[in-house]
Amino acid sequence: MSLTVALIAIGLLALIFGLVLGYASIKFKVEGDPLVDQIDEILPQTQCGQCGYPGCRPYAEAIANGDEINKCPPGGEATIKQLADLMGVEAKPLDAAHGEEDEKKVAFIREDECIGCTKCIQACPVDAILGAAKHMHTVITDECTGCDLCVDPCPVDCIDMVPVSPTTTSWTWDFDKTPKGDIPIKMVS
Amino acid sequence: MLSVSFDEIIAKLNAGKLYDFPGGVHPEDKKLLTSQAEIQTVSLPEKLIIPIRQHVGTEGRLAISVGDRVKKGQPLTRSSHPFAIPVHAPTSGKVTEIGPHVTAHPSGLNEQAITIIPDGHDEWTSLTPLSDYTAHSSEKVVEALCDAGISGMGGAGFPTHIKASGTKKIEFMVINGVECEPYITADDRLMREHAWQVRQGTDVLAHLIKPQVIIIAIEDNKPEALKAMQIACQDSADIRVVSVPTKYPAGGEKQLIQVLTGREVPRDGLPADIGVLMFNVGTCYAIADAIFQGKPLVERVVTVTGEAVEKPCNVWALIGTPVNHLLKEAGYNPTKQAQPQVVMGGPMMGFTLNDADVPVVKITNCLLVPASGELIDEDNERPCIRCSACADACPASLLPQQLFWHAKAHEYDKAQEYNLFDCIECGACAYVCPSEIPLVHYYRQAKSSIRQQRDEKARAEKARERFEARKARLEREKIEREEKHRRAKEARENKTPAGSSKDKVAAALARAKAKRAGKEENNTEQDQSATQTDKQAKVAAAVARAKAKKAGGQQSDSKDNQDRSDNVADEKKQQVAAAVARAKAKKTQRDSKSAPDKNSAASEENSSAQSENRATDEVSTQSAEDSKKQRVAAAVARAKAKKAQRDSKSAPDKSSPSGIAKR
Ligand code: SF4
Ligand code: SF4
Ligand code: SF4
Ligand code: SF4
Repeated sequence: MSLTVALIAIGLLALIFGLVLGYASIKFKVEGDPLVDQIDEILPQTQCGQCGYPGCRPYAEAIANGDEINKCPPGGEATIKQLADLMGVEAKPLDAAHGEEDEKKVAFIREDECIGCTKCIQACPVDAILGAAKHMHTVITDECTGCDLCVDPCPVDCIDMVPVSPTTTSWTWDFDKTPKGDIPIKMVS
Repeated sequence: MLSVSFDEIIAKLNAGKLYDFPGGVHPEDKKLLTSQAEIQTVSLPEKLIIPIRQHVGTEGRLAISVGDRVKKGQPLTRSSHPFAIPVHAPTSGKVTEIGPHVTAHPSGLNEQAITIIPDGHDEWTSLTPLSDYTAHSSEKVVEALCDAGISGMGGAGFPTHIKASGTKKIEFMVINGVECEPYITADDRLMREHAWQVRQGTDVLAHLIKPQVIIIAIEDNKPEALKAMQIACQDSADIRVVSVPTKYPAGGEKQLIQVLTGREVPRDGLPADIGVLMFNVGTCYAIADAIFQGKPLVERVVTVTGEAVEKPCNVWALIGTPVNHLLKEAGYNPTKQAQPQVVMGGPMMGFTLNDADVPVVKITNCLLVPASGELIDEDNERPCIRCSACADACPASLLPQQLFWHAKAHEYDKAQEYNLFDCIECGACAYVCPSEIPLVHYYRQAKSSIRQQRDEKARAEKARERFEARKARLEREKIEREEKHRRAKEARENKTPAGSSKDKVAAALARAKAKRAGKEENNTEQDQSATQTDKQAKVAAAVARAKAKKAGGQQSDSKDNQDRSDNVADEKKQQVAAAVARAKAKKTQRDSKSAPDKNSAASEENSSAQSENRATDEVSTQSAEDSKKQRVAAAVARAKAKKAQRDSKSAPDKSSPSGIAKR
């Protein structure tokens, strides 16, 4: 008799807790950032395709499915390090097969040579080129990610990739890049 | 922390007592070098260089061009952007250059600047004073301040008109005459000699801001300035001239507010959030100039000091005066320096210039030319010994050694956890550090790197949005195209009379379309026969061809048309091909000129360009299908030639290292 009571009581308890837990798992479901979003967040969004995928997000999906993390040249070491932290794997050097880390560049169209074929517009992944058929084209420098994709399609080779020179606002107190100059601070007293 | 109430602060001020800020240091002030002599005027320099951007915010648009004659005080830039304030011609003369010039920035990088050669007349443009400013609306006065190009002359150069037109209720307006940094006496002399004008500027600001109390704060190591300001302000009950104990950095905005009111400016907040606004005495002087005389900000007091100049003094320097001109005037003695060194700003917060051609800008208060041994500047950094002297000195109650540790290791997240952005870069920590670590340098590096990372993040975010928008657009266009095809097909199928009204509508649409197409085709036929080369005809033909293509093979009667339009299209193709060939020839020329060893690749390319020409010639005579194939073949050939060339270029570089590796 007492055995049945105990069994019923425990069974009831198990049922109640089960229900409570089940409810809680639905009600308090953690909206975790899906992994792909987190990886995409880290990638530089250059959309250059050097990783072998048609854009940053497809590569993010590939990483989430176990692809290597060292295929993004524009992101370079910094991105690989962040990805390694996120994925909990060892950081490794950039895979040279996909290119080398380069200084930041933007596209520049030599406008008097442009024949207005619109090929570069079709190639640009971020719509950073303005122009119309048979008219001169130009790059919106602020929107250009420097992905290099517009250079090859141009039939008259009038697109250059020019390095972005540092300005006083983008300078990061790196005296190696500029002549000396620093605060004196310490005084003899 | 609970904010200290207004009454409490007033009671304390009445009792002549003040609050204090944590930390602080007492460096030797060295102000006697320059504090006893009157502010001098200097001769006109040979040229003036006015950087277009002199303050935080954006620059205005140029209002002059090279070759223009300008008069003193004439605006050189203008803008309707609220964060852009104009710069003015400091003297009359001729604009000889607009272009990048090294600017007053620690990086020593170039910025856009206007160069003026003075004509020696120093002739003012027509000025419009606003002496009866109380009779005008505050908008008008604020506008006058903006037009006069007035920005804060103490610190970062924040545009004054923006500060003065805030809507928050202000209890305390503080005029900062503390000037706590060693060596500098520019504000001290200004208050001593022009106390009344500083007072006038204060009145203008008071009219705009309507604070309950005005406090003019002066460090107690400047008794003469204190006296002068007291006399200038004795008739006003609202203005209190307060003597503040000397301690570096009492002149920092947050520190001075804490000393006077006991309130702390919240993180990410502004002084206005706790009912306080602060202006520099130099700014007040400039405001009085602008309102009562209509003069824009074209000159300021600069302390030229240090033991390597014979005559340390304060001077009225025109904005844009090159530093070497002022050094010459002050008797720079290079023999006293082991290597040339000029510091812009004071010894604690200034930066070493890398070019003596750097111009004086609106925030330049001091040029320090130290003799060897006057400042320690050799690199003598030793490891941190965790003595915590820096933490005791920090006025912002930070832990400088932790910040240093994380900044050096590039652990920017952790540095931010230790409130890196609360650091005012005062240099007190570096001053006391027994290991002589240039702590502030590490903080600045960390801060700018963090800012850059944020910028990059924002750019990446924008790129993603644009990429996705583009993808969506392409997708949409595809669907639209498919939809059109489907509808055209339906229309065709429903050509036989149908019962439902929908079919009727579709049929009507289709009919209308067919009609329009027919008309256009007729037009093109006429046009083409009239002028084959006519551009419009080409466009029309292209349209017609596209239409015809879309209509599909079902309209066999349009075949003639198609052929003809293809001919026209081929002509166009030829033109493009010709342009390509031209460009290629140009390139080949260039290449063969620059590198004889590349000749083989170049000639190969040449031949490919020729064959391409041939191909395009043939294209025009052949049928449409064949020509397409040929074109593709030509494109492939071109691409191959391109690649071959590139390979041959990079091959020698690549092969040599691998050879080494093999060995
Ligand atoms: S302009 Fe050229 S380099 Fe810049 S984003 Fe577009 S395709 Fe890439
Ligand atoms: S691809 Fe070259 S020629 Fe064609 S529109 Fe772009 S820049 Fe002009
Ligand atoms: S520089 Fe920054 S960390 Fe150092 S004492 Fe000043 S506020 Fe504190
Ligand atoms: S004062 Fe210098 S040595 Fe001492 S704890 Fe700070 S950083 Fe380290």
